[in-house]
Parts: sequence; structure tokens; C-alpha cells
Amino acid sequence: MISFGPTEEQELIQQTVHEFAQSEMRERARPCDEKRELPDDFLQKSWELGLVAGAIPEAYGGGGVGRSPVTNALVLEELAWGDAPLAAAAMTPGLFVQPLLDFGTDEQKKSLLPLFAGSRFHAASLAILEPTFSFEISSLRTIAEPKGSGFSLSGKKRLVPLASTASHLLVVARGAREGVAGLEAFIVPRDAKGLSVAPEPERTLGFQCLPRFSVELERVEVPASARLGGDRGIDGARLLAMLRTASAALGLGLARGVYELALPYAKERVAFGQPIAQKQAIAFMLAEMQIEVSSIRHLVWKAASLLEHGVDASRAATLALTYANREVMKIADNGLQIFGGHGYIREYPVEMWYRNARALTVTESVSAL
Amino acid sequence: MIDFTLSEKDEKVLAAVKEEALVCRKYARYFDDHEEEFAPAELPEAKDFKNPFALLAKRDELDSSMGVMSMLVTAGQTWGDYTVRMRRGTGGLGNAALRASGTPEQQSRWGGKTLAMAITEPGCGSDSKAVQTTAALDAGKNEWVLNGEKIFVTTGCRAEGVVVWATIDKAAGRAGIKSFIVMKGTPGFEVTHKEKKLGIRADDTAAYVFRDCRIPRDHLLGGDESIPKEGAGGFKGVMKTFNMTRPAVAAIGLGIAQAALDFTRDALAGEGVEVDWNAGTHARSAAQQELVEIEADIEAAMLGVLHATWLSGEAKPNNLEASISKAKGGEIARTATQRCIALLGSMGISLDFLLEKWFRDCRITDIYEGTGQIQRLIIARDILGYSAAELS
Repeated sequence: MISFGPTEEQELIQQTVHEFAQSEMRERARPCDEKRELPDDFLQKSWELGLVAGAIPEAYGGGGVGRSPVTNALVLEELAWGDAPLAAAAMTPGLFVQPLLDFGTDEQKKSLLPLFAGSRFHAASLAILEPTFSFEISSLRTIAEPKGSGFSLSGKKRLVPLASTASHLLVVARGAREGVAGLEAFIVPRDAKGLSVAPEPERTLGFQCLPRFSVELERVEVPASARLGGDRGIDGARLLAMLRTASAALGLGLARGVYELALPYAKERVAFGQPIAQKQAIAFMLAEMQIEVSSIRHLVWKAASLLEHGVDASRAATLALTYANREVMKIADNGLQIFGGHGYIREYPVEMWYRNARALTVTESVSAL
Repeated sequence: MIDFTLSEKDEKVLAAVKEEALVCRKYARYFDDHEEEFAPAELPEAKDFKNPFALLAKRDELDSSMGVMSMLVTAGQTWGDYTVRMRRGTGGLGNAALRASGTPEQQSRWGGKTLAMAITEPGCGSDSKAVQTTAALDAGKNEWVLNGEKIFVTTGCRAEGVVVWATIDKAAGRAGIKSFIVMKGTPGFEVTHKEKKLGIRADDTAAYVFRDCRIPRDHLLGGDESIPKEGAGGFKGVMKTFNMTRPAVAAIGLGIAQAALDFTRDALAGEGVEVDWNAGTHARSAAQQELVEIEADIEAAMLGVLHATWLSGEAKPNNLEASISKAKGGEIARTATQRCIALLGSMGISLDFLLEKWFRDCRITDIYEGTGQIQRLIIARDILGYSAAELS
């Protein structure tokens, strides 16, 4: 049944997360960006919302609310409305936990999920991006080769969030088969022999407060049990659809933040004797932002809903991400333009959001995640 | 619950609509070439097809709302052709106005007739409050006397009657504009011609003249003859009609845009150009990327239509969303067909195919029922909390 109404429970979560974004993210975003710093107490406070642990079944010590890609999309929008990089940081363990929930064997779940069910923030991450100017998910350069009864992993990964503090990395590599169907994911402890995390986080245009690292894998040997999903492996297309949908949801929140700040500003800012919002040139930019924020949201919801039904969401997720990548950048761009010179100075958050928008929405944007 | 799946029953309805649409499509070129003719009320094939709308009557728990389904059905029909239907429906835009603003007596009297809606005049389109057609009350005879010209009247030739916008007091501006029901055959009411257009040529678009056309006093829609001192008065009521029709108009255009995309996708697939939904940007050619972008645009626009309609089904306000759906739908209907032709290059313009017709047909979507610019004005006023005076 086609419906655009969140459940009462989802509305409550939205409200809670929105209040958190307002009180814990908005104010902190600027100093975190300037200092390229991610405060531990922020991660801990976000953890206490139960956004990651809630989805873990009670049998593994979690909240047992159930895994819901739709709820996840709603959460990501609200968090990213607060600040996209802080949102990505808070949800980074989810990049490890959610694939584990979806594809993991019972043994993998039993041994790892309890780590994330406690009251303390627990870092784990996903290593997927690589140092190439034409990154293409269907032809990864990190490879997994059979070695003995297990596998040997080799390759270079970039922009791996929280890699220095993560207990485990989920390393996505090319397996025996071609294309996305051939994607494999391996659970690798950070201290595995042959795995090295760069000592300093990478410096990037946006998402400055999210520590992301280069990671090298040099013939890292892992047992067969480290292969996510065991003999079945993973559903690469579903993993990709999840990441694309989540990335689009982050973009949605970011864009909505820009729109909601630009609108009151345009009503306050007076030029030629009247608020600039009373000029069609500006009013139409705002109308366009409203149209596109709604459009992105509907595409994200549709992809998330298909994921929730467990059906093929590749098309919907690709449409959502393609659309979001284009429109989020445009909204951030127009938002900055409405602020004029004030948009260019670092007093307002718009220049930061503009950088974050570019960092988030680049090409095959599993980038921020 | 946020959901986008269709029940089996709803899928069945839409599949049947598509089957019918394919039959209608066979007649599309003929009626485009013969714009002086009207498509038949029922196609010869109708005897072989059950009416799929019978399935829509009963809504079960898993079925989508009637409003949502009617948008999907509408888009499914225009996916075949803008005008030609297996069985031509009754009712016109005037019927929507009658339902929104008519008294119970008026509804029962004219509800069964096909009513067109005459707003636009040679000198006034988007600025509908500038209506020049006048209605003067002849109190002695209890009659209104209408004078003026109307153009672009959809279903205007075939309609049995029309809802006409006219002013009873030019000095009163919007508040003086009222709607009147005039039936065909009323002396002084003349259908002057069928308009010749870029596209939707088979569609019945008429021009009217009213010369001292007398109608009974109770033909004033809603029955309220007063002119409020402040505010828009009855004008707001008639504008309300648009909240219901705007998403539908967007759906009409998007059905055509979808037809253009489907044709383009199939044509390119025949040349070995197909989208792999899993591949990333660097694994896509420019043509594949364009296909993805057009599909995303159409999907976003259609979801906007469904959203606006879903809201009204939930008895929630949808003024803003109706305009969003029309603004987006109009833009995408227009640009998607442009881009599809561009993708197919010189073969895209050939009259061997319907693509060039869809390009022409679609262009109206961003113009009628409020242009894209008018929609943006409505959206901007809504989000900014501005009156028409504050943002004009």
C-alpha cells in the first residue's frame, strides 16, 4: 500500500533524534570542523540514543527493536540536519553492524554483536573506498584470494571512518566472481597482521571532524570464518543499495538544514528597502529547495522501503543517490548564494555545509560512509 | 507506515490499464494527424476488454487509496495516449468545480453532465483574477447576463455545459469573480472553434463567446451572490478546485514522459546500451547516465504526485504539495521528453515513432492548470508566509 506516513514509533524516534541534533550537534559542528576534532563525549551521547544497538536482536543482547532501513533513513535525515559529518561518525559502527545483521552467519553474530549491545560506544567500521580517481564499486582493486582454509587480503583503502579506534573493519574486496555479485566482505580485527592504519587521519575538503584513515592490507590472512555470510557470502547488490540509500538520506538532512537556514535569513535580510525573500529571484530559489528536499526524501523513502521488504532495491537506491547527489549540491550552492558574502565567511555554517555537501555527494558516493 | 508496494489487486488494475493503453496507442498517430476529428467514445476493441475500473471500487486493507490509484491509473492511461481511451470517461474540469463548490441541489442537477471549465481569456491566463467576462444581474427577470470571450476550454466542444468564470463587479477584483453554469444551447453562448495546437491535437480544446447570454439566477455556482469586503471570497473556493486537479495534471504529463523514457530505454537496449543499476558512475556511459537521471527525475516527480494525493486521502492539507507536484511534474514532463529525443538523435525526431508526438503533447503540462512559474509563486508564498501583495 502506497503510504507516506511514518509510524507513531518512528515519529517519536524522529522527534528524539531531532532534539539531539538541535542540542548536541548544531552548536558543536563548527568547532569540531575548525579543529578537525571528534569529541568522545559526542560519540558516547549519540550512542545512548540506541540507534545502533536498538536494531540488534535481544538474543545478542541488543534492544530488539528490529532492523528497519526506513527508520534508519529517518534517523540519518535528522542527524544530518544537525551535522552530516557528526551524523556519519555517530552511525559509523552501524556500517559494520548492519551488514552483519543482514548477511552474517549465526556464529558471526553471536561472537560480534554483543560488542555493540553495551552502554559504551564501540567503534567498528567499513573499508570500501580506494585510492583511485575512477573509483568503481564493481571493480575493486582490493582482492581476496583463497589461502589455505582461509583468505589472503591485499589492497589499499582510503577514507575509512574511525579506523584508528575500530576494533574491527569490514573490508570489502573483489572475490572470485565479476562485478557487484563478486563483492565479498571480511571481518578483520584492526590488529590483524599485515593491516596498517595510517597514523594521522586524512585531511579532506569537508567532513573535517570525521577522522578517516588510509588503511593498507598486505597479504592479511584471515580464517574462512571471517568471510561475512560464511559459505554464502554477501549480497553485494543489497549492501550497495543500503549504502547508497543511507548516503542519500544523509544528503537529505544536510540539504534540509541549508534550506531551513536560508529561508528565515532571506526574510530578514533587507536589500533595496525590502527583504530579499520578496524578490522572485530569491523566493524561487527557496521554492526550488522546498521542491527538491521533498523529492529527495520520497526517493530515499522508496529505496528504504524496498530494502525493508527485502526485495531488490538496486534501482530505487541508485535513483535516490543519483538524484540526491545532484540536488543536495545544488541546494547547498544556492543556500550559500542567498547568504551572499555572509555565506562565504565562516561565521555562518553555510560554507561548511557547502564543503560537506561536496564531500558527501561525490560520484559513487559511498564516500562519506 | 512508509511503504511503496502495491497489492496484487492494484498491480492487476495497473497491468490492465497498460494493456488498454497499448491499444489506444495504435490510434494516437491518426488522431494527431486528424485534429478536426474526435476519437470515438468507445474503441472497437472495447468488447474484448473488461473495464479495469470495476476492480478499483472496493479498497481492501493492503490496497492503496482511491486517490493514489487514480493518479497511477491516469499516468497509465496517458502512457498510451493523451486523448484516446478504450472507453471515454465522462466529466470535465467543471465537474471538479461543481463538486468543490456547488450546492447540493446543483450537484444533483448537473453532477451527471460533462462540464468544461472556462477561465482563460485572450487577455488573461495565469492572472485569472483579471477576468474580463462580465455577469450582470437582471433582477427583474431573475437572470444573469453574460458577456465575454473564453479560450483554451478543455473538453469544450463535447461538454454538455460549462462552468464559466465571470466578474459581477470589476471594481471588487478577485472577490467579484463568480462561477456560473451555462448549458450548451443557451442563446448567446457560441462555441467558435477548436484550437489548433502544438500537441494534444486530438484533445478537444475550444474557444467560446458569450453575447448577452442569459441564464437563470440559480446557475451561480454555490449560490452566494455577496461580494465580501475583505479577502478573496468565492475566489478561494474556486482555487480549491486546483488542489485536486494539479496532481492529476502532473500525472497526465508524467505518464507521457514515462512512455517516452520506456521507448527510449527499449530503443537503446536494442543497440546494446542498458543501465546496470549496480554499476557506479565510472562504469556508465554518458547515455546510460542520462537514462538514469531521466528515470530518477520522473520517479521523483511521480512520487510528489502520489504524496500530494495521499495527503488529501488522509484529510490533511495539501495546498503546498499539490503545487509542488505540479511544478515538478510540469518541469519533468517537459524536459524528460526533450532529453529522450536528444538521446535517440536524428531517429528521435522521426514521425515513424510516437516520441516526437509525446514531446509535443508533454509541453502543455508546465503551462495549463497554472504554469510552473505560478506554482513556484504559490510554493514560495506558502513557505515564506507571504501574501500575494508581499510576493507578486
